[in-house]
Amino acid sequence: MELLISISSGLCLLVGSFICISGAVGVLRFPDFYTRMHAASVTDTAGMVLILVGLMMVSPDLLVLAKLVMILLLGLLIGPTTSHVLAKSAFRNGVKPKLTSNSNDQGGDTSKS
Amino acid sequence: MINFVLLALLLIVAVGIMRLQDLFAVTMLLSIYGLMSATFFVAMDAVDVAFTEASVGAGISTLLLLVVISFTGRAERKTRHKPYVALFVVTVIGMLLLYGTSDMPYFGSSDAPIHNHVAPRYINDSMREIGVPNIVTSVLASYRAFDTFGEVVVIFTAGIAVLGLLSVSSKALSNSQPLNRPRGLYQQHIVIRIVAKILLPFIFLFALYVQFHGDFGPGGGFQAGVIFAAAFILYAMTFGLDAATAVVKPAVIELIAAVGVLLYGSVGIATLLSGGNFFDYDYLLADPIAGQHLGILLIELGVGLTVTCVMVMICFGFSLRRKAHEQKAVMNISERGPK
Amino acid sequence: MITAATLAIFAAMILALVRAFAGPTLYDRVLAVNMLGTKTVLLIALLGFVMGRPEFLDIAIVYALINFISIIAVLRYSDSNNFKDPDQKSISKEL
Repeated sequence: MELLISISSGLCLLVGSFICISGAVGVLRFPDFYTRMHAASVTDTAGMVLILVGLMMVSPDLLVLAKLVMILLLGLLIGPTTSHVLAKSAFRNGVKPKLTSNSNDQGGDTSKS
Repeated sequence: MINFVLLALLLIVAVGIMRLQDLFAVTMLLSIYGLMSATFFVAMDAVDVAFTEASVGAGISTLLLLVVISFTGRAERKTRHKPYVALFVVTVIGMLLLYGTSDMPYFGSSDAPIHNHVAPRYINDSMREIGVPNIVTSVLASYRAFDTFGEVVVIFTAGIAVLGLLSVSSKALSNSQPLNRPRGLYQQHIVIRIVAKILLPFIFLFALYVQFHGDFGPGGGFQAGVIFAAAFILYAMTFGLDAATAVVKPAVIELIAAVGVLLYGSVGIATLLSGGNFFDYDYLLADPIAGQHLGILLIELGVGLTVTCVMVMICFGFSLRRKAHEQKAVMNISERGPK
Repeated sequence: MITAATLAIFAAMILALVRAFAGPTLYDRVLAVNMLGTKTVLLIALLGFVMGRPEFLDIAIVYALINFISIIAVLRYSDSNNFKDPDQKSISKEL
């Protein structure tokens, strides 16, 4: 039983950290602000859930488990809200998405999408 | 190993802060600097300091700088002269300081006086004399209560200075036209308002937890005050400055800031009147340990009150000033008429 | 395994820091700061487990809240006139 818990915790941590690193690489390499935002927010939340679940399985006592649950709930509430806030603020201040890579369509009207 | 990497990152961020001209980017980099410092302190196992740095350096400083930049503009003004005299003065003072440290014992050497006299005394006797598990709190609040008193008075003085420089007379705000900015600004951000409303009670409760848990874990009055103030500023940002000043009137905030310092000083006076030294809590109650606990509780409460109210005062001061400035600009444009 | 996860989060933080320096618009920088914030919360929780000090979780909670409030501040103050780039300022100054 102990072995099973520690193996599954290690697996959660491994997958979670892989997701986080791939999100960071995506933020570096994606061409446009909105695609980077998508990479950052989705991978942040998913990686955070997995890493915290992995830590919860090996937590020494109940108080640590309760605090980890609180961090998880906070992160689930705060993460999507901040990405919404950021995307809305960027859109209202004129950051335009790069729609096609043709040179005669300068990422213009978003009414089509 | 991790310390070297963190210090190198701190250096890179500091160089970036110097070189960038856009003040908003500099503010974001300062926030990153604050959180890197907090991580560095965590890596060095200094928990209370990391707590304070995370809340003050990465939190409140960024908020206040953003308020200021929204008032003054994003571009850094170019300096027209080369600061050679300043560079010379800084170099001379740096050399003097380095020369002054050459007589001090090496960093971390085991025969330095601080490791032979001061630290063992606190570490060995703190539990017996004061009975509080967190030695940082016992040193700050009991052994060195006088220094902490100085810190609280410095924070209070900063609040008074901001109030003196930036306060706007109330008649300048009340008899002006309603501002011609789209009031739908706040109705549009309904997701933020709902999430902020859900989170605010939690933030207040967590600040209270940090305040009173400072005896057993990282925490204390300073950190709790900053978190309280951050919650008020969140409310002011999401619901508007008018709603925030209706909830907490500026006059009450100023009063409570003074009450906090007064409470701290009164504990000292009470110990003097009971026959002990200044801030010697053994004389507060019949049992010395209980007296220490009561003394620490009261002064942490005073610190928390003052820090909260001074931070809120500074932020409201900046925001009210900005609002008055904008109202004056609107009135000038509408007086001149459409061109 | 926890140490390996700590190093991985650290590497992700360094990559996000590159974006904070190189972002063409300021919103790229704000995105990088937000990402650094959430990674710091995870890093502090992991460091707490590695070093055996469960008190670090309080710092993680505080930092999650502070990160949230900073991003809200960016939205709130980016609506003001002084935040726009100078060429956009002339358009939105008419009241």
